[in-house]
Amino acid sequence: MCIGDNMLIEYLNFAYQSVTHRKTRSFLTIIGIFIGIAAVVSLMSIGAGLQDAVNEQFEQMGSNKIMIMPGGEGGVGMMSAFTSSIILDDDDLKLIKKVRGVGETAEMIMKTAPVKFRKQTKHKLIIGMPPGSAGEMFKDMSGFDIEQGRELRDDDKYKVAIGIDVSEIMFDREVDVGDRLNIQGYDFDVVGVYGRIGNAQDDSQLYITMDIARDIFEEEDEISMIMLEVRDGFVPNDVAQDIKEELRDKRDENEGEESFTVQTSEQLLSSVNDLMGIVQIVVIGIAAISIVVGGIGIMNTMYTTVMERTRDIGVMKAIGARNNDILLIFLVESGMMGLLGGAIGCGIGIGLAKGVEVIAAGSGFAMLKASVTWELILFALGFSFLIGAISGTLPAKQASDMKPVDALRYE
Amino acid sequence: MAKKPVIELKNVWKIYRMGDVEVPALRGLNLKIYPQEFVAIIGASGSGKSTAMNMVGSLDIPTRGSVYLDGIDISHMDESDLAQVRGKKIGFIFQQFNLLTNLTALGNVMMPMIFQGISKEERLEKAENLLKLVGLGERMTHRPKEMSGGEQQRVAIARALANDPEIILADEPTGNLDSKTGKMIMDLLVNLNKKEKKTVIIITHDTKIANVMERRVRLFDGKIVK
Repeated sequence: MCIGDNMLIEYLNFAYQSVTHRKTRSFLTIIGIFIGIAAVVSLMSIGAGLQDAVNEQFEQMGSNKIMIMPGGEGGVGMMSAFTSSIILDDDDLKLIKKVRGVGETAEMIMKTAPVKFRKQTKHKLIIGMPPGSAGEMFKDMSGFDIEQGRELRDDDKYKVAIGIDVSEIMFDREVDVGDRLNIQGYDFDVVGVYGRIGNAQDDSQLYITMDIARDIFEEEDEISMIMLEVRDGFVPNDVAQDIKEELRDKRDENEGEESFTVQTSEQLLSSVNDLMGIVQIVVIGIAAISIVVGGIGIMNTMYTTVMERTRDIGVMKAIGARNNDILLIFLVESGMMGLLGGAIGCGIGIGLAKGVEVIAAGSGFAMLKASVTWELILFALGFSFLIGAISGTLPAKQASDMKPVDALRYE
Repeated sequence: MAKKPVIELKNVWKIYRMGDVEVPALRGLNLKIYPQEFVAIIGASGSGKSTAMNMVGSLDIPTRGSVYLDGIDISHMDESDLAQVRGKKIGFIFQQFNLLTNLTALGNVMMPMIFQGISKEERLEKAENLLKLVGLGERMTHRPKEMSGGEQQRVAIARALANDPEIILADEPTGNLDSKTGKMIMDLLVNLNKKEKKTVIIITHDTKIANVMERRVRLFDGKIVK
């Protein structure tokens, strides 16, 4: 007496008839589910897209890099380099260069300064680029390619290479090679425009030589950030530990209370991923509440449906429906409502994610591509069906337990 | 040779509990119904007529006593086995027609066959033939609310015949119909008994109907009176 596929198809048909028979009620019932699923799908795909973008950037950087920034650990990545009053200097750099395993180093200065073009002034981040091969390393890691004009040369004085957004978006008129910009009160000639990198931060920076940066900012030996390459055969984590120890000794600081941060690219990547993981968990938690509320909505509707159809249940039992048939009929119906909610939710969620992608691209963050995977869609659909079916369990049980005589008498 | 009864009630008691009070609806009912009989069960309301129908139709099990369907004691079967048995052996016709409103005439007639696990092709063919038999060949895809009472009851009759049951059990089948339509339905039931050789049991309080029947079982106070 097993329940054949044959019957399941019929039950799907019953469920379909019943759900579409009361369109408004069915729609109201599934709102909770589809809001929750839409939130999960959109945020998961944006989150995954964000992660892809970050991973891509770190891949470009390479896994054998170490970054040293002023400010204690716990600051999120580069932010501390801009905000901290504690600085690194040339002595620190000399010390670091002596640590075993340290290869090429690139120090740079980052300062926010007024940038004037014609009558307009904007405050932007100015990067002082190290000379020689260190500068090359920095450009490699960041993925800079010149699009117009030429690269900055070591012997350039008061020349500037600009990010694409500085050229195209920042000022009312486009800034081209040969134009003159005033930075921190000094005139600079634009010699090159970099191609689009895909994140608004890098694309709206201006790059000048280190020496000139020190001159105009009147900093003799301040360094905002040091990047270095670990020699082949050395483990980045070990080298980072040695650097930490040296700097601690020099500054007379205890472990855990450092005024600087040493991070390998892997650590940086994992700390960014951790952060995004937390954001995703919070968001999914909120979405889960919506889905649970949606499930309760389905349960409520199913109780009403069971009650309204008490007589139908009695009739079905009289003409031979076993308890399991009735149970399955109502479970399929509530599962279908869940599934329907999930399907609408997926549609809205994908739409939202693509919308965010378009908006992000419009505001300079072209690297973000919403990552909508089949796994995510299947999971969302399966999950919403499950929520529907689980919510329908109690009402369906109530229906299947009805005695045919009582159900037939029900008015 | 004496025929074996299709339905036999032996000393059947059904006692309902209303709060602390026990209300016996059937008090030791004995009844045998033989194949191809055309029987009326009659009685005023409160006579136990409906309870008797539930027993005969195996919709409910007795508090005491035994009910045999084709010689098998069903008094102790669980609800699902009982459903399977009655779905196969008994066709029900109700006063309120009791069609499923979401389904077409065809869907309603196919319904009992679904629960017996009959294939789609077979269901469709059978249901079409049955609807033609009751004169609704043109209305197969109509839903109950698009049909008259007489038409709905004919769909119900077609549904009752879906699994080729030995017994047709009709509870006040003409109670909601005008007399002309009621007569048409009665003619159909007579036909089922005479031509299709079905055992037909009608529960009614309408003496006009009862008078057409070959045998009348009159209930009073949960027992048969002569």
